[in-house]
Amino acid sequence: MHIVVCIKQVPDSAQIRVHPVTNTIMRQGVPTIINPYDLFALEAALALRDQHGGEVTVLTMGPPSAADSLRKALTFGADRAVLLTDRFFAGADTLATTYALATAIRKIGETFGAPDLVFTGKQTIDGDTAQVGPGVAKRLGLLQLTYVAKISALDLDNKTIEAERRSEGGVQILQTRLPCLITMLEATNEIRRGGMADALRAARAEVVTWSAKDAGVEDITKCGLRGSPTIVKRVFAPQARAEKATMVDFSDTPPADALIAELFKRQPKLETELATLARGY
Amino acid sequence: MIEEKFDAIVVGAGMAGNAATLTLAQRGLKVLQLERGEYSGSKNVQGAILYADMLEKLVPDFREDAPLERHLVEQRFWMMDDNSHVGLHYRSEEFNEEKPNRYTIIRAQFDKWFSSKVKEAGATVLCETTVTELIQDAYGRVIGVRTDRAGGQIHADVVVLAEGVNGLLGTRAELRPRPKPENVALAVKEMHFLPRETIEARFNLKGDEGVVIEAAGTISRGMTGMGFIYANKECVSLGIGCLVSDFQKTGETPYGLLERFKSHPSVAPLIEGSEVKEYAAHLIPEGGFKAIPQLYGEGWVVVGDAAQLNNAIHREGSNLAMTSGRIAAEAIFQIKSRREPMTAKNLALYKAMLDESFVMKDMKKYKDMPALMHINSQNFFLTYPQLVSKAMQNFVRVDGTPKVEKEKRSLRAFVEARSWLGLFGDAFRIARAWR
Repeated sequence: MHIVVCIKQVPDSAQIRVHPVTNTIMRQGVPTIINPYDLFALEAALALRDQHGGEVTVLTMGPPSAADSLRKALTFGADRAVLLTDRFFAGADTLATTYALATAIRKIGETFGAPDLVFTGKQTIDGDTAQVGPGVAKRLGLLQLTYVAKISALDLDNKTIEAERRSEGGVQILQTRLPCLITMLEATNEIRRGGMADALRAARAEVVTWSAKDAGVEDITKCGLRGSPTIVKRVFAPQARAEKATMVDFSDTPPADALIAELFKRQPKLETELATLARGY
Repeated sequence: MIEEKFDAIVVGAGMAGNAATLTLAQRGLKVLQLERGEYSGSKNVQGAILYADMLEKLVPDFREDAPLERHLVEQRFWMMDDNSHVGLHYRSEEFNEEKPNRYTIIRAQFDKWFSSKVKEAGATVLCETTVTELIQDAYGRVIGVRTDRAGGQIHADVVVLAEGVNGLLGTRAELRPRPKPENVALAVKEMHFLPRETIEARFNLKGDEGVVIEAAGTISRGMTGMGFIYANKECVSLGIGCLVSDFQKTGETPYGLLERFKSHPSVAPLIEGSEVKEYAAHLIPEGGFKAIPQLYGEGWVVVGDAAQLNNAIHREGSNLAMTSGRIAAEAIFQIKSRREPMTAKNLALYKAMLDESFVMKDMKKYKDMPALMHINSQNFFLTYPQLVSKAMQNFVRVDGTPKVEKEKRSLRAFVEARSWLGLFGDAFRIARAWR
C-alpha cells in the first residue's frame, strides 16, 4: 500500500505578529511548524501503514526551507519526503496549489508506485480554506471523504475503506472504494514520537526535491500567482471583541439568584418583560 | 538499540557542543550530536556577547552570514548605589574596524546558524532527543548513551559532554559533583524591544555600533552579582545575576532584583516605552579555577559550562566554551589518528592542551577571586559603591564647603566604614587575586 500525505509548513501562529500599520502578517523571523491539522493526517497514515504494511510519502509545496518540515515528518516515521519547490509556485491560491499538488502526486505515482490513499489535514491554520484536500481529489478524480474522525476498516484485497465522518448533528459511517482522498479532523489521534532509528534516518535523509519541470508540470500558467484567480483586496485585523467577562460574587446569594440579578441589572427591560409575560400565564 | 557505532557522540548543541561537533566533523570523524531542544539555540540562554577570535578559529568567514547584532565600540562599567552610578566608559573609534572583535548576538538565532555550519561539515545532528544516561561497561568505561527515544541506545568510542552548567548526565554518572550553590550564579534577563533609531539615540550609536554596560553595586542588595545591559539592533538585553547561595541566604528573588535594576534612575530611561518579548533565566558557573571538575575519563570528556569553564571577572563564557569544545575535538582527532583507544590516559591530552591555552591560564589567574568576592560581598557590593558615590557627589557638589574639608569628609567616610586595616586589607586582597 502506498499513502501520500500532503503537509504544509506554516508560521507558528502562537508567535506571529501583525504589522500595526499595514495589517499584514509579519512572517520574518517567525518560526515555522507543520500545519497542526496535517499531523492528524500523518499519524492516521502511519497507523494504517503499521497495520497493513506499505509506505508513506509526505509531500509539500513551499520554499526550500520547507524541507525542515519534511524532515520532521520523516522523524515521525514517514518513509519518503518530496519537496515541490520552484519560484513559479510562489503566490499560489488554492486553485493553483491543487494543480501543483495533483501533478506532483501523479508523478509520485509514476515514480514510487500509485497511491491507494491520499491524506490531508482538514485545513491549514494560515489559509483556513479547507479547499486544497477536496481540490486535489477532484483534479485526480479520487473519491473523497472529508472531516474524517476515524478509519474504522481498510480492506486492501477488495479495495474498500470505511471511515467515520463527523457531520453536523452526528457521525456518518461511510464506505468507499480505493483509491481515495481523506481529510482528517483535528484531535482524532496523537502524533507519535519517532524512535531513534527513524530520527537517525531523518537526520541524514535526502529530501526528494522537484521543480515544476521535474514534477511534470506542463502548463506553467496554472501555477503560482499567474494561476491564481483569487485577488486579495484588503487585509485587516479583526476588531477585538467588546464583551468582557465579569466576576459575580456568590458569597451572599445562591449562584442562580446572583446571576439573574446581574442579568437584570444589565438589561433592565428584561425584568419587566419577563414579569409581563409571567402575568399572562 | 542502534547497531551503528559512531566515532564520537556530542551531548548538547550550545557553544561548546557545536564547536566540538564542527571540529570533529571537519576532521572527518563520524560524529553524532544530540540536543534536547527543538533546534540548536532553542534552549540556550546568554546575554549575549560573541568574541570573534574564538569563532574565527572555527568558522573563519563567519561575518559573511552569521546573524550578528551590533559590534561593540563602547564598554561602560557602572558602580551603582540606589540613586546614582559612578561610571568608567571606554569608547574608541578603533573598534569600528574591518573585522570587529566583539559583537552582541541573540543566541536563539546565532546557534541556529552555528548548527547549520555543523550540519554542512557532515555531522549528524539530532534534536528533540534527550540523553537520559551514559552507558558504561563493567569497568565503568563510557561506551555510549541512552536517549528518550524508543530503541535509543547508541554506542561511540568517546562521549563529549557539552550538556551545560547543570548537566545531569555527568553528575548522575558520578563523573563530577553537582555544582555547589556558592559556585553558580542565577541570572535573569529580559529582551526589551525598541525601534532601532530609539536605541541608537539613547545609547549614542550609529549604524551597527553597539555598547555594553556592566553594573555592580547596591542593585545586588549586598549579594555577589552583576547587572548588564546590551544594545542589540532592535532590542535591549537586560539582566542581573547573583550567586545561588546568596539568594538562599538572603531570600531575595531574582525577579525582584531585575525589577529594581530596571527602575533604577540610571537604567529606566534607557528602556522606557519598550515592549518586553522574552524572559529567560540561566545558571552561570562562577566557581572559577578551583571549581573545575575532572575534565576527562575512560571514554569521555567534558567541555564548556558543564566543565565550569567561565571567567567571571571578564564575563567570558562562550569563548571558553567554544575553545574547550574545539580543543577536546582536536585531542580526540589526534588520538583517533594514532589509532589508539579513548582511554583516560590518552584523553589526558585534552587537559594538557587546555592547560596550554588561554582558557586555563585565565582561569588560573583569577583562582582566588571567587572566594574573595564571596566572603566580602557586603563590602564590595554595598559599602564601597555607596562610599564612592558619596565621595563623587561631595566632589562635584558646589556648596561653599572648603575643598580640604570635603576631601577629609570623604576619606573619613571610608575609614569609618571599613577602618584603615579593612581598606588596606581589601586593596591587598584584590591586588593579590588579580595578579
